[in-house]
Amino acid sequence: MTSTEWPLWEVFVRARRGLSHIHVGSLHAPDAAMAVRNARDVYTRRGEGVSIWVVPSDQITASSPDEKDAFFDPAADKVYRHPTFYEVPAEAKHL
Amino acid sequence: MRDRYALALGDDALVLAQRLGEWVARAPELEEDVALANIALDLLGQARTLLTYAGELEGAGRDEDVLAYWRDDRDFRNVLLVELPNGDFAVTMARQLLFAAYQYELYDRLRASTDDTLAAVAGKAVKEVHYHRDHATQWVLRLGDGTDESHRRMAEGLRAVWPYADELFDGDDVTAALSAEGVAVDPATLREPWTAYVGGVLAEAGLEPPADATPRRGGRRGLHTEQLGYLLAEMQHLHRSHPGVTW
Amino acid sequence: MAPTDQRADEREAAFYAIVDSDGRIEPRDDMPEAYRRTLVRQIAQHAHSEIIGMQPEGNWISRAPSLRRKAILLAKVQDEAGHGLYLYAAAETLGVSRDQLLDLLHTRKQKYSSIFNYPTLTWADVGAIGWLVDGAAITNQVPLTRCSYGPYARAMVRICKEESFHQRQGFEALLTLTRGTPAQKAMAQDALDRWWYPSLAMFGPPDSGEQVSGGHTEQSMRWGIKRFSNDELRQRFVDMTVPQSEVLGLSIPDPDLRWNEERGHYDFTAPDYDELFRVIKGDGPCNAQRLEHRVTAHADGAWVREAAAAYASKKREQAA
Repeated sequence: MTSTEWPLWEVFVRARRGLSHIHVGSLHAPDAAMAVRNARDVYTRRGEGVSIWVVPSDQITASSPDEKDAFFDPAADKVYRHPTFYEVPAEAKHL
Repeated sequence: MRDRYALALGDDALVLAQRLGEWVARAPELEEDVALANIALDLLGQARTLLTYAGELEGAGRDEDVLAYWRDDRDFRNVLLVELPNGDFAVTMARQLLFAAYQYELYDRLRASTDDTLAAVAGKAVKEVHYHRDHATQWVLRLGDGTDESHRRMAEGLRAVWPYADELFDGDDVTAALSAEGVAVDPATLREPWTAYVGGVLAEAGLEPPADATPRRGGRRGLHTEQLGYLLAEMQHLHRSHPGVTW
Repeated sequence: MAPTDQRADEREAAFYAIVDSDGRIEPRDDMPEAYRRTLVRQIAQHAHSEIIGMQPEGNWISRAPSLRRKAILLAKVQDEAGHGLYLYAAAETLGVSRDQLLDLLHTRKQKYSSIFNYPTLTWADVGAIGWLVDGAAITNQVPLTRCSYGPYARAMVRICKEESFHQRQGFEALLTLTRGTPAQKAMAQDALDRWWYPSLAMFGPPDSGEQVSGGHTEQSMRWGIKRFSNDELRQRFVDMTVPQSEVLGLSIPDPDLRWNEERGHYDFTAPDYDELFRVIKGDGPCNAQRLEHRVTAHADGAWVREAAAAYASKKREQAA
């Protein structure tokens, strides 16, 4: 039974021209051609999209939760990366 | 005469929508349940527009529901192909391929109709049936070239529906008169592009077009299979049990 | 304390820190095994309910009394397939497969909502399901859009958005009946009479019984996968539905139903929980029929799924 289970795909939909594709959910399909069609039927039947990506779920490489602190905490104290860090006189415009 | 043309195309869509609706909660996989319902909804939408237009042209005050629910099978003008029972998934996909390929060629040309309403219907429908044709194509390829069992079933499904393909290209007094005016498409002109498309899919799927099938026809003249009566009995009974009410 | 135990404690503390601050747990986060198991069961039962729920209404697609109603119903039942699909996908993020979950459904090891084991006898039942059953479902589901498990919460957001038309179409269908002929109005009242108590039972056993039977509710609330108790949700549903029944001009089949000024809520007769337990255990009017339909559809589709998988692997080999 399990051997014929269709693989899982992640679906990304571009809602309008000018926007990025955004992850909307997953589905099962036997291959890429069917996955993109199933995605159209399942995830855009209310006019939610103008373009679709499908990616086999097992092809996604994700950062590990175990590395979360090492990955993301060091970015937290780099306040100088944000414009609000800098004090500029009010009369200096367009900065 | 235009009303009879719109009615025939509308009946095709209505009866096939009714058949595809029978697949709900029965498809091979959830994704396919959603896909088949989308196709049925497209067809139902086409049917409603065409029946409404047929009623307007007729001018006797019949709306889409009167036409759908108050005609008996001898008054339905759909081709026999669309009323065939669903059979297994292969039969349904074979029927979908033959019919969607026909509808695609038809609506593609009907966009140029001198009748603005029909041209507008065709302009919308051609996109829908393009997808239906693609959907059926994908499945015929997979079933034809999948497992031994699916190949056998697909070949049988094709044999079951093939005799009903010829009728798609039959003309009658309506299409003869209206195609001369540029209102309708002469169905005979659709055969060649249809044959090329369907033949291409079957070849890629490793399937043979069934040879020496005796063509079955009659739907356009109201001579149907026995199955249509049951389909209509089920579809119409509730509506007819309460004449004249609003639902 | 052994180092591994300490590590486990830290992980559990991290989990509760997120849950307690109303944060979201995501698939690869550490989570207590019991949390994972409970979620898998809850999401799967929810998914099963969606796909079994296609049957009672699907029963009327072929007979819908107007083409407009046929289109609405077809779109609604299709949505339920979609919702089942979203939910199975949410469960799959917890390390189970859709096939495994379907297998548990087909072998009666997992349940689905008791409501779908009642028959749809007339067209008005389609309206009653939309109004009452979807109304009850929405009452249950809206709080789940804030549940602690991210994929489940996101699926519920999508589902609630799509379901907003489900309840309205049911109400509209019933309203059309109650404004119609006496026969149509009687059909609507009959549907309400039959669906009222089963709809109340959808919220599950009473809170008192819950605590006696092991307190799943309390644990689930602690985990943020249940936000309100069964009785709270049931009361909310009754309070919402009674005024709607007045708009419809239908009587709720409960002689003891009345507004309680002091409580600020309606008093009402509780559903027959013995019946609920019987139906959940498999002894409802349609349990056997619903499951058989589902199992048959799945079995009939096996050769199709196999064919598509075989074709895909053939194409992969050819490409390699």
